[in-house]
Amino acid sequence: MIGRSLILDTTVRFVFDAAVVLSVYLLFSGHNQPGGGFVGGLVAASAIALRYIASESDDVRFILGIRPATVLSMGLTLAAATSIAPLLFGLGPLDHQSVEWSVQVLGAVHLSTATVFDTGVYLIVIGLLLRIVEALGDDPDDVTDPVTGGPDEGRS
Amino acid sequence: MNTLIALPVMLPLLGAGVAVGLVHRRVAQRLISVMILSVVTLSSVVMLIRVDHDGPFSVQVGDWASPIGISLVVDRFAAIMLVVASVMLLAVVVFAIGHPGAESGHGSFHPVYLILAAGIAMAFLTGDLFNLFVAFEVTLMASYVLITLGGRLDQVRNGMTYIVINLIASTVFLISLAFIYAATGTVNLADLHVKIADLPDGVRSGLAVLLMVVFGVKAALFPLFFWLPDSYPTASLPITAVFAGLLTKVGVYAIIRSQTLLFPIDTRPGGLLLLIAGLTMVVGVLGAISRNDMKRILSFHIVSQIGYMMMGLGLFTIAGLAGAVFYIVHHIVVKTSLFLVAGLVEQRAGSSELARISGVARLEPLLAVLFLVPALSLAGIPPFSGFVAKLALVEAGLSSQEYLIVVASLVVSLLTIYSMNKIWSNAFWGRIVTESNGSLAPARSGWVLMTGATATLVAISIAIAVWAGPLYAFSQRTAGDLIETHTYVERVLGP
Repeated sequence: MIGRSLILDTTVRFVFDAAVVLSVYLLFSGHNQPGGGFVGGLVAASAIALRYIASESDDVRFILGIRPATVLSMGLTLAAATSIAPLLFGLGPLDHQSVEWSVQVLGAVHLSTATVFDTGVYLIVIGLLLRIVEALGDDPDDVTDPVTGGPDEGRS
Repeated sequence: MNTLIALPVMLPLLGAGVAVGLVHRRVAQRLISVMILSVVTLSSVVMLIRVDHDGPFSVQVGDWASPIGISLVVDRFAAIMLVVASVMLLAVVVFAIGHPGAESGHGSFHPVYLILAAGIAMAFLTGDLFNLFVAFEVTLMASYVLITLGGRLDQVRNGMTYIVINLIASTVFLISLAFIYAATGTVNLADLHVKIADLPDGVRSGLAVLLMVVFGVKAALFPLFFWLPDSYPTASLPITAVFAGLLTKVGVYAIIRSQTLLFPIDTRPGGLLLLIAGLTMVVGVLGAISRNDMKRILSFHIVSQIGYMMMGLGLFTIAGLAGAVFYIVHHIVVKTSLFLVAGLVEQRAGSSELARISGVARLEPLLAVLFLVPALSLAGIPPFSGFVAKLALVEAGLSSQEYLIVVASLVVSLLTIYSMNKIWSNAFWGRIVTESNGSLAPARSGWVLMTGATATLVAISIAIAVWAGPLYAFSQRTAGDLIETHTYVERVLGP
C-alpha cells in the first residue's frame, strides 16, 4: 500500500462536494440545455473515483454505504419503469408529460417526467463506473463477481 | 397494441434492473426471469395473431412522428421471429436453472440474460436502421458478458476473438449508416424504402453490399463465418444453445429485412446471394464433418444451415422467401434443442468429445430419442420439420430454374446425415464408456428441469412438422408482405 498524498487528499475533499453539486445541476438542466443524466452521472462518478484514488476503496465503500450494484439496479429499474409507465395511461412507450408552474422565490419551474428517466440514467452511469473502478482497483485476491460485486461462487 | 409492441423490449429491461439488485437471492432472480419471459412470450403470441389478422402495426417511441422519431414496427415476419425467439429464451432459462453451470455460479446471469432478450426483441421490432444498430449493440454487450461468464482461459481467449470481430462489424455498420444518412437524409426503414429508390444505381448497390457485409458477419455467412465455430462452444452450455439458436438468426433477419425492404427489385444482388448461400452450405458442412466434438460439429452446422436461409432469400420469389421463413422457424427450434441435448450428454457422460464417450443410448434411452428427432430433422429426413422446410426451398429453387443451388442443397443434406450419423454411432451406440463416475450427475430436480425444457423444444419441432400446412401458408403470407412492401411503408409513414 502506497502512502497517502496529503495534497491530493485535501484537494479531493474540496473538489468532491463541488463536483457532486455540478453533477446534480447538469442532471436537471439537461432537458433544454447541454447536460442530462449521462453527463451528470459521469461527473458524479469521476468525483467518487477521485476519492478512490485519494483513499482506499474500503473507505469509499464505507462512506457511500451502498454497493455499486444496488445503485445500478435502482437506476435501471427507475429508467425502465418510466419508459413503461406511459403504457398504463394508453400513451406510447417513453412518452413524457411536463408541467410548468411558478413557485415563490424560484420563479417559473418546468417539471417533466423525462427528469425521472434521466435520474435513472444518472444512477446507472454512477453504478456502472463505480463497479468498473472497484473491479480494476480492487485487491486481486478478493474474489468477487466482475459484474455484480457479489461473491463469485463459480470460481471455487 | 400500443402496449403490446413495447413490452418485449421494456419488460426484460425492467426485470434486469430488479434482478441486479437481488444478486444474492437466486430464487427471486429465477422467478423474475421466468415470469418476465413468459409474459413476453404471451404478448408476442397475441401480437402474431393480431398482426396476421390486421396487417403491420407501428408505434412511435416518445410520440415523435415518423420518420423523425424511432418507430417500432411489427409485421408478420417480426412477429413470428419474436414468438420463436421468446419461446427459446424461456426454454433455455428453464434449462439453465437446472444446469449446474453459469446460472447457479453467477449472480449476473439473469440480469444479463434479460438484457440479451431485450436486445433481440428490439432488433426484430425496430423500424429504424440506427435503432437496429443500438439493438445489435445491446445484444452484443450482453453476449460479451455471457460468453466469458466463468472466466476460464479458453473462454477469455475465444471471447476476445468474438469481441474483436463484432467490434469491427459494428464499426463498419456505423460507417454504412453514415453513408446511408449522407445519401438519403433518413434512417427510418420505411422512409429509406422511398428515398433509396431515387439514388443512382452504383450508390444503391454499394450500400446494399456494405449492409450485406455487416449483417453477414453477424449471420456467419461464407467468408465471414470463421469466428463462430471456435467462440460458441467455449461458453457455458445453455448460453451456447441460445447463441446458436438465436444470435446468428438476428443477423439473417436483418439481411432479409434490409434486402427486401430497402432496395428496389432491379438492384437486388440475387446471383451473389445464391453463390454465397451455396458456398456457406458446403463449407459449413465440410467443417462439421472434420470435427470430433459434438458441440463443434453442431456449431459448424449452424454455418451450413444459414446457407439454406440465404438460398431462399437469393431467389427473391414468394416461394423462396416463404421457404426461408419456414426454415428459420424450424432451424431455431431444432438447433437449440440439439445443443441442449449435447449439454445433457455432456452432463451425463462427462464429455462431448466423440472419442471419449459411447453407449449413451444404453445409459439414457430418453436422451437418444431427444437427440434423434432433431438430428433427423436437421438433416431433412421425412416426416420431420426439416424435410418440409427443405422441400419448400428445393421446390422454390426448381421453379426459379436455379438448378445448381438445388443440387448443392441436396448434397449438403446428405453430408449432414453423414455427420449426424457420426455423432449417433460414436456417442450413442456401443458399450457404455463415460468420463464421469457419477460425480458429475446433477441433482434429480435439475435433471428433470433440463430434460423437460429439451423435450418441450423437441415436441415443438414435431408440432412444426404436424402443422406444416398452416405454418407454410403463414410463411407464404409473410413472404408476400416482404415482396409487397407498400402496406408496411404506409403503416409507418401514414397514408
